[in-house]
Amino acid sequence: MTGPDGLIRPGTPAPDFTLPATPDGRRTGPGQFRGRPVVLAFYPADWSPVCGDQMALYQAAMPEFARYDAVVLGISVDSLWSHRAFAEARGVRFPLLADFEPKGEVTRGYGVYTPQGQAGRALVVVDPAGAVAWSYLSPAEVNPGADGILDALDQLGTGRQVTAR
Amino acid sequence: MSTPLQVTARLRVPVTEIDHIRGPLDAPVTIVQYGDFQCPFCGAAHPNLAELLRQRRDTVRLVYRHFPITNLHPYAERAAEVAEAAGRRGRFWEMHDWLYEHQDQLDPVHLSLGVEQLGLLPDEIDAEVDRHTYGDRVRHDFTGGIRSGVNGTPTLFIGDHRHEGGVDLPDLLTAVDATPTPTPTP
Repeated sequence: MTGPDGLIRPGTPAPDFTLPATPDGRRTGPGQFRGRPVVLAFYPADWSPVCGDQMALYQAAMPEFARYDAVVLGISVDSLWSHRAFAEARGVRFPLLADFEPKGEVTRGYGVYTPQGQAGRALVVVDPAGAVAWSYLSPAEVNPGADGILDALDQLGTGRQVTAR
Repeated sequence: MSTPLQVTARLRVPVTEIDHIRGPLDAPVTIVQYGDFQCPFCGAAHPNLAELLRQRRDTVRLVYRHFPITNLHPYAERAAEVAEAAGRRGRFWEMHDWLYEHQDQLDPVHLSLGVEQLGLLPDEIDAEVDRHTYGDRVRHDFTGGIRSGVNGTPTLFIGDHRHEGGVDLPDLLTAVDATPTPTPTP
């Protein structure tokens, strides 16, 4: 189910998928992390200045995400090779997923494929059971930061689940 | 949870006496800057903020908080901790200015020379920084920034609101002059 902006809405099961990921090219996706919250960060393209800031920022914020035992996955329609160079240039060590072939298939499934053939700048927090807990579509030129994600993780109350894991 | 069209980032960590504050304590407008000493955009903003404080000396105070993006800037964390060590000795702003004026000299060797230029003892400061005496302080600033919606550096909050405009002097003057100030109490 999607909202007026097309983006997948809270309460909907998050469509499962796997995509090739940096740094090693193996396929990964949210279903591999059941029991943990997963943050899907869709972004338009590697190398555009705003994107660099957003993914670099999430790398710097990784200790905050780790407090919730959350997994962060970046997703764009760029190829694995572009992702690899981009991740290296920005010091990004979390997986960047290549929604490259068939182009944008996963992005469409989450309702964030744009007429320009890119992903919108959307954030989706998937709860440990695999349902969408929070979603947010940012204007393409605005880096949405991490505050909304961390608030959504707070709402999940995953602090307790971390200790049980 | 709702999905607002646009989240407006707000400063969530109020300014307190542990903050580094430049300008009159009772200034009607407070700018909180989240910065990274190795970030070139912060370096570019530095003289503009200094000039803003000069031109609006009775109106504006500047608060500096650390936001080192270490995966982009390998020297930023150490620079922030050195600034804190200088701050412990009452010299935060001098160190802050030196760092922004010598962004190409933030490697450990040149940084020690900078500390010495300020008349501080490099060995003493290095020892504290090596023990990460000020690591928690820097982390505290960073975490508060992330929770407030800092989305890169520099991020400025004017009052409680994230400043979305540029950091050239005219942009800053416009933003400050448009900020409602509390009516002075008689």
